[in-house]
Amino acid sequence: MSFPWAKEYTPQVPFMKWMDARLPLPRLVYNAVGAGYPVPRNLNYFWNFGFMALACLMIQIITGVILAMHYASNAGVAFDSVEHIMRDVNWGWLMRYAHANGASAFFVVVYIHIFRGFYYGSYKAPREMVWLLGVVIFLLMMATGFLGYVLPWGQMSFWGAKVITGLFGAIPLVGEPLQIWLLGGFSPDNAALNRFFSLHYLLPFVIIGVVVLHIWALHIPGSSNPTGVEVKSESDTVPFFPYFIAKDGWTLGAFLLILSVMIFFAPNMLGHPDNYIEANPMSTPAHIVPEWYFWPFYAILRAFTVDFFFIPAKLMGVVAMFGSILIWFFLPWLDKSPVRSASYRPLHRKFFYVLLVAMALLFYLGGAPAEEPYVVMSQIASLYYFAHFLIILPIVSAIERPDPLPFSITEAVLGKDENAKLGTGA
Amino acid sequence: MARILSILVGLFFVVALAWSLLVGLLNFELPHSVEQEFYEHPKEVHFASDGAFGKFDRQQLQRGFQVYKEVCSACHSLRLVAFRDLAALGYNEAEVKAIAAGFQVPGIDPNTGEATTRPGLATDYFPKPYANDVAAGAANNNAIPPDLSLMAKARHDGAAYVYSLLTGYQNPPADLPEAYRPGTGLHYNPYFPNLNLAMAPPLVEGQVEFGDGSPSTVEQMSKDISAFLVWTAEPTLEKRKQTGWPVLGFLLFATILGFLSFRNIWADKKKNKG
Repeated sequence: MSFPWAKEYTPQVPFMKWMDARLPLPRLVYNAVGAGYPVPRNLNYFWNFGFMALACLMIQIITGVILAMHYASNAGVAFDSVEHIMRDVNWGWLMRYAHANGASAFFVVVYIHIFRGFYYGSYKAPREMVWLLGVVIFLLMMATGFLGYVLPWGQMSFWGAKVITGLFGAIPLVGEPLQIWLLGGFSPDNAALNRFFSLHYLLPFVIIGVVVLHIWALHIPGSSNPTGVEVKSESDTVPFFPYFIAKDGWTLGAFLLILSVMIFFAPNMLGHPDNYIEANPMSTPAHIVPEWYFWPFYAILRAFTVDFFFIPAKLMGVVAMFGSILIWFFLPWLDKSPVRSASYRPLHRKFFYVLLVAMALLFYLGGAPAEEPYVVMSQIASLYYFAHFLIILPIVSAIERPDPLPFSITEAVLGKDENAKLGTGA
Repeated sequence: MARILSILVGLFFVVALAWSLLVGLLNFELPHSVEQEFYEHPKEVHFASDGAFGKFDRQQLQRGFQVYKEVCSACHSLRLVAFRDLAALGYNEAEVKAIAAGFQVPGIDPNTGEATTRPGLATDYFPKPYANDVAAGAANNNAIPPDLSLMAKARHDGAAYVYSLLTGYQNPPADLPEAYRPGTGLHYNPYFPNLNLAMAPPLVEGQVEFGDGSPSTVEQMSKDISAFLVWTAEPTLEKRKQTGWPVLGFLLFATILGFLSFRNIWADKKKNKG
């Protein structure tokens, strides 16, 4: 679009000429996903997850709209209406399992997408806006995922809602009234379930809106690439169509294959058995755990066990939990290194791998019971998490001596050296 | 400036976490509970419906249904299952109607409008043994017998858990502390998380006479009822697994085609040709 070598759309047939002059929809498609969008030729398979995430969003919306036709958001019948979908609605079990596992798949894909961004410095100028919008999408996804998990009105739905809305209660002064206002009562009940359903239906469409902005902002500077070297000439790129449509297409097939194995053969693997017990405010489950995709942040929340001077441990945990995602907003200004890709940043790369380990640990610990040795481990992992983004990253980017960069993408791909590193799939 | 600010914020979180960590390490104590020490994980047990090619063993489901009808239904409801669903167990229409008619379900007297009971119809759901939770609790030493419809999905290792529980009653071990020994109305069972279960051993040898001549051992009955509960928890399980294979086959085919066309399209961009 904005590249000097982005191809201008020239309508060939009369109808397209007529159309382009009135509503340039063909032009938009051509420059968004067509031959008019040049993409760096050296993208590796980590660049396929954005397209997959979009496919996930579509799967969620289509299955979700169908589920909503049969679901009843009334605390008295919500649980039974889900079982009605499972038992009596034609292919209802498929819709529900696709929706539940699709949510997990969406998060897997988006986590990989985000960590791709961390490693390759996708958040750096001139793509800060792409990154910021991406973090907004992630926050909206988390909200949507949380709201959706409450809808089946099982034990984990109810108690998860109670714990998460209880976090707002930790805010000084306004906390408790705020919590009651959010829930429409003192505890999750019919009022909460109804508004959660309403918002769960609304937010995906808000996500679509932000996704449009995310892709729009991406198309201004164009995609980043594994070398982090900007596109210098047309030979550095290939047109999105047919090259990346073909690449995204076959990886989408592979992704759907894995998702289908889960849907058809292990649909409850990532769920919690307690959610097949109807919500009961009088009976607390032994271990209340949120969905797996919240575990790292849940682990951070629970890592704060002791009051910090005048700040209660719970408030500290809540601030840290939200803060742990909000610091991603500042990433473009925390990491000031002019080199984007960690492939050319030896020191940064080492810390990135430590972050991966800490994150994997937090994933594991968030699902573990709140007892030793898990608590101490989550304190160590959380400590590294914050140190990584707020202390290590700014210092490393100041003192590091990066490896020499290739002159251009074309050189990186083709090189003169027979052993030149070849981007996967290029 | 931004760098200094960020490091200060970072230090705030790091110090707060280090403080929690220090206190945690000073008071470090691995959790230990008697329940965990004596608790046993569910036994290994296999059902025809297990695995990617799993299919229900209808004969076994019918036996399991018989166990439910003659034993469990005295206390446990099965509220999500309708009599019509039993057709999936291999019963014909007349048999389903006869089974339904054998149950009394809540109804309304057509003349007076008063609440009464009537023989069940195929469209009715299994009636509940107790009018409400209070009645259920009162009749069972305040332990409300849970609904069994989803039991095989509502516990870790669902069916194996049910099977282990039913076959797991035993005398408490000699070294079990006094406080954890079963009190009045409780029964020791190491497969139950808190070791003591309000439900008395429900199955005894020879309790049910199976039509197909299967031995009515506790082992056999437990296995059959567990298999039946796998079905009640997800009657569509078999269809799900059967649908999965053609879906995977199609996707595999489409993915291979997609991969080949990807290779073809990118052929001119290979090294030294671009």
